[in-house]
Amino acid sequence: MNLTIAGLTARALLGRRRILLLLPMPVLLIGLTLLANASPAQPDEWAPIVLGQLGLGVILPLTALIVGSSVLGLEIEDGTITHILAKPVPRSEIIVAKLVVAWAVTTVTTAVPLAIAGVIADSGALGIGLALGAAVGALAYTAFFLALSLMSRRPVAIGLIYIMLWENLLVQFVSGARTLSIQQYSLTLADGLAGNTTVLNSNLSTVTAAILAAAFVAVGTAIATQRLRSFALTGETS
Amino acid sequence: MTAIDTEPRTTTVKTSAVELTGVSHWYGNVVAVNDVTLTVGPGVTGLLGPNGAGKTTVLHMMAGFLPPSQGTVTVGGRPSWRNPDVYRQLGLVTERESVPGHLTAQEFVHASAKLHGLKDAAAATAKAIGIVEMNDAKDRRISTYSKGMRQRTRVAAALVHDPSVLLLDEPFNGMDPRQRLHMMDLLHKMAEQGRTILFSSHILEEVEQLSGTVQVIVAGRLAASGDYRHIRRLMTNRPHVFTIQSSDNRGLGAALMELESVSGVELEPSGLQVRANDYGTFTRTLTKVARDKDIRLTAVLPSDESLENVFSYLVAS
Repeated sequence: MNLTIAGLTARALLGRRRILLLLPMPVLLIGLTLLANASPAQPDEWAPIVLGQLGLGVILPLTALIVGSSVLGLEIEDGTITHILAKPVPRSEIIVAKLVVAWAVTTVTTAVPLAIAGVIADSGALGIGLALGAAVGALAYTAFFLALSLMSRRPVAIGLIYIMLWENLLVQFVSGARTLSIQQYSLTLADGLAGNTTVLNSNLSTVTAAILAAAFVAVGTAIATQRLRSFALTGETS
Repeated sequence: MTAIDTEPRTTTVKTSAVELTGVSHWYGNVVAVNDVTLTVGPGVTGLLGPNGAGKTTVLHMMAGFLPPSQGTVTVGGRPSWRNPDVYRQLGLVTERESVPGHLTAQEFVHASAKLHGLKDAAAATAKAIGIVEMNDAKDRRISTYSKGMRQRTRVAAALVHDPSVLLLDEPFNGMDPRQRLHMMDLLHKMAEQGRTILFSSHILEEVEQLSGTVQVIVAGRLAASGDYRHIRRLMTNRPHVFTIQSSDNRGLGAALMELESVSGVELEPSGLQVRANDYGTFTRTLTKVARDKDIRLTAVLPSDESLENVFSYLVAS
């Protein structure tokens, strides 16, 4: 991995105001978990909602969307991408460095609070399962959103449509839609790694989820690399 | 200002040419560049054209940031599009003033050196920062810099790997007069060592000071290419204007009016203003006429060979 690009990306990402949007989400998750845990309701009543639907279904993808679309998208927007592109560096190296940073930031800001929430809700096994499920989901999501930032000028809007309409609505009515839902892969892997608990509802097999998540990562990375190879500066015709 | 060795680090470099062959580029239905064939060799070359003429599009194609819709663009014989290896010999300063404001100049240039895979990135960084005279401010964040300082930082990043080809889009933007002179001197020295330097500018005086060789783009087409004084002499459809001083201006004026190659003569306080249809014929005949009339010529100055005149003639035609 190109550490220079990774370092520049991390500094650029963590220095932007947009990253502040990530802070309230882990606090919200742990706060809600503590509140629910203090209530008379049993974990298997509230955990699927707080950990599954909110944690893996909303917080993880939204964090990945903000981070994944920013690592390259903002540099394209403000033109600083030319400084990296005007170097003899293979485009795959640039994409991998960007992806690793996006994945690391997303994992730290989602997997850690999910692990804490899992421990509070049930057990250490659930915490580990949630953390690993979130880490795999973070990789698939960021690869997808990174590719989107090179395919469209509105990656955030398209990403929101995917998260809200596809993953949180369509999946409810069309069972086949689950095979293309990263949320379902995270949920399935978290559940499987936690030992098939009663607090997470998964619908895919663990192997299928792992293979499909890997496919998302591979295809997203390949498309992003291909798009970056053909990146053209537009809009200036003087 | 800290005294810095501003000599580029090598005395000779491998020369590389930038070549466009039958190149066109269109955005949708709009043709931005139309069938341009040109070669930019070692030395300093100015890229000129009115706003919207296609200069930046040409530079972006040379820099590998735009594919030609038709034709080929090569740098040192290799295609620039989809070929990151070309940046080993190419340095680029784009027009857009975009630099990561959270970095210092030192960090920014050092990162460029590392991305170029230089063995001694720290030394190359120090050298490049010294060349653009940014030593005193190198540890401040770029976001605190003036426009000129940002521009010099970008130039340092483009120079850090000692490229044989340097493409600069409006490089003097934001620089004060002293910095401009310094940059011009630097570009001259680099050109003398065999580098190919192409820069675009709207300021004709800058181009005139820096380079006699120009590529003029008008409405997406290559309108002229070469030394602008030579280009002017080839413009046979426009009379050439000379200011002549002699021992007998009135007598010389009368004698010149008899020549076919002269279309007009005016007697001015500064001397004779002569409009000649044919540069070569007139300059050959003038001395003969003066000798025959026993008139001593003290000054013969082409008065419309400035780049500004050449450029305005090209744009008007």
